[in-house]
Amino acid sequence: MHIGLLRRVERSFGSVEALGPVDLDIGRGEFLSLLGPSGCGKSTALRIIAGLLAPTKGEVVWPDGKPRVAFVFQDPTLMPWAKVRDNVRLPLDLQRIPRDEAEARAESALARAGLMGFSDIYPRALSGGMRMRVSIARALAAKPQLLLMDEPFAALDEISRDSLNQTLLNLWREDGLTIIFVTHSIYESAFLSTRIAILTPRPGRIAGEFRSAAPPSRTSEWRLTPEFAHGVRTVSGALREAMAGAQRQGYSDSPELTALTESSA
Amino acid sequence: MSASRISRALLPLIVGIAVILAWEAIVAAYRIPRFVLPPPSAIAQALIGDFPSFMISLWTTLRVTLLAFFLAVVSGVVLAVLFSQSRMVEMALYPYAVVLQVTPVVAIAPLIVIWVGFERINLALLILAWIVAFFPILSSTTLGLRSVDHNLIDLFRLHGASNRQILWRLKLPSALPYLLNGMKTSGGLALIGTVVAEYGAGSGTATGLAWRIVEAGNRLQIARMFAALFLLAVLGIAIFAATATLEYLVLRKWHESAIKKEI
Repeated sequence: MHIGLLRRVERSFGSVEALGPVDLDIGRGEFLSLLGPSGCGKSTALRIIAGLLAPTKGEVVWPDGKPRVAFVFQDPTLMPWAKVRDNVRLPLDLQRIPRDEAEARAESALARAGLMGFSDIYPRALSGGMRMRVSIARALAAKPQLLLMDEPFAALDEISRDSLNQTLLNLWREDGLTIIFVTHSIYESAFLSTRIAILTPRPGRIAGEFRSAAPPSRTSEWRLTPEFAHGVRTVSGALREAMAGAQRQGYSDSPELTALTESSA
Repeated sequence: MSASRISRALLPLIVGIAVILAWEAIVAAYRIPRFVLPPPSAIAQALIGDFPSFMISLWTTLRVTLLAFFLAVVSGVVLAVLFSQSRMVEMALYPYAVVLQVTPVVAIAPLIVIWVGFERINLALLILAWIVAFFPILSSTTLGLRSVDHNLIDLFRLHGASNRQILWRLKLPSALPYLLNGMKTSGGLALIGTVVAEYGAGSGTATGLAWRIVEAGNRLQIARMFAALFLLAVLGIAIFAATATLEYLVLRKWHESAIKKEI
């Protein structure tokens, strides 16, 4: 049912409280967006979930053991000296998976990320959107159960971004992945997610959660529907409230989880 | 494109020929004595006339320079890797590396020569040249090892990389452009170090190009002095060209610094 649970997780850096306390249940197979303004601790939360950062207080519980995790950063974070294929093969090489198998998995991940025929070139020769595809292919090659993405499309132009959104949705649906997607774009979260958690400004706390009515097999067309517009309106309203609430310092120690469910389409 | 490339090679050549011709003409016109300024033709004569002995000196200097350079690269990289693996080692040793760097090599040359002994003068020269050439490798490689993309380190750790894998697959390749840049500096310094050490070692012991200059100067054979100087310059240019070419060949496919050269 749940792949992971955050229990009153807090993190501070020196005297700065960056996050929490946060309670969050990660459902198996869901596409969960963490939506919030810059500097609200979204990335911190993601790094704690990845195990790259230890929480100052609280804990992350994995009911069925820690899943295989892959991470996609805001920058493509590729090794410039390695060809596209070697970049994608990296997680497999680190786990000492036999060369032939690793090669095959890398090629298949590249094809699925829309990079057929780009294996032999260096990252330098690729556009920003293409580099991000390499980064996604590298994550896919590791066959993750949980994919963590930290504002992966924030630096891209809208055309690349839409196209990558679609690719990501397809991969999520086909692989039954669980994805946690950090973003500060309301539209992106409303389009991609099955669930959105809104974080307040620092220290980040969860101000509200929303389930999206988006059909699993949505395409860009869905952006034009009234349901999508409604979702965007609800989420942006809640985000505005969270920001205003934070400015009023009106938050109690345990933020209330307002589980609004949208009227299903 | 090709026109600018041709003029890039041609213009310095024209300037060089013009300067040589003017030099020859001025020396002849003003009857400047040969022990003040020999004409280029006399320098060429000195060089050709004594060619075998010059080549032996060139080889002596070159051998010490290359060996010192090689040792500097190996020891600099090894020490930089040690520094990057252990902060304690770095804190303990870095100040001494700096001391070695800031002490003028001329000042320590006599000491090293005495310690090593005049009968092994080439070893003394090697040590002195290595001291000069070593620091740019150490500092540039240390900087390179520290400049690794932190997200990439996180990514490596996330996928279960060992420290050794992080070193070989991430840190060393990241440091490569820095190392190659340090090598360009260090190659030239190895030559300077060798020459200075030859001077510092004193007369009658060394047989390299610097000794040729001292010897010719003592005998007022200024043309021979210029000839040795010319060979030293050629050697310096060759070393720089070799390291710059190495840098270009290694980095051209992937590093940002190599892009502009291609366009």
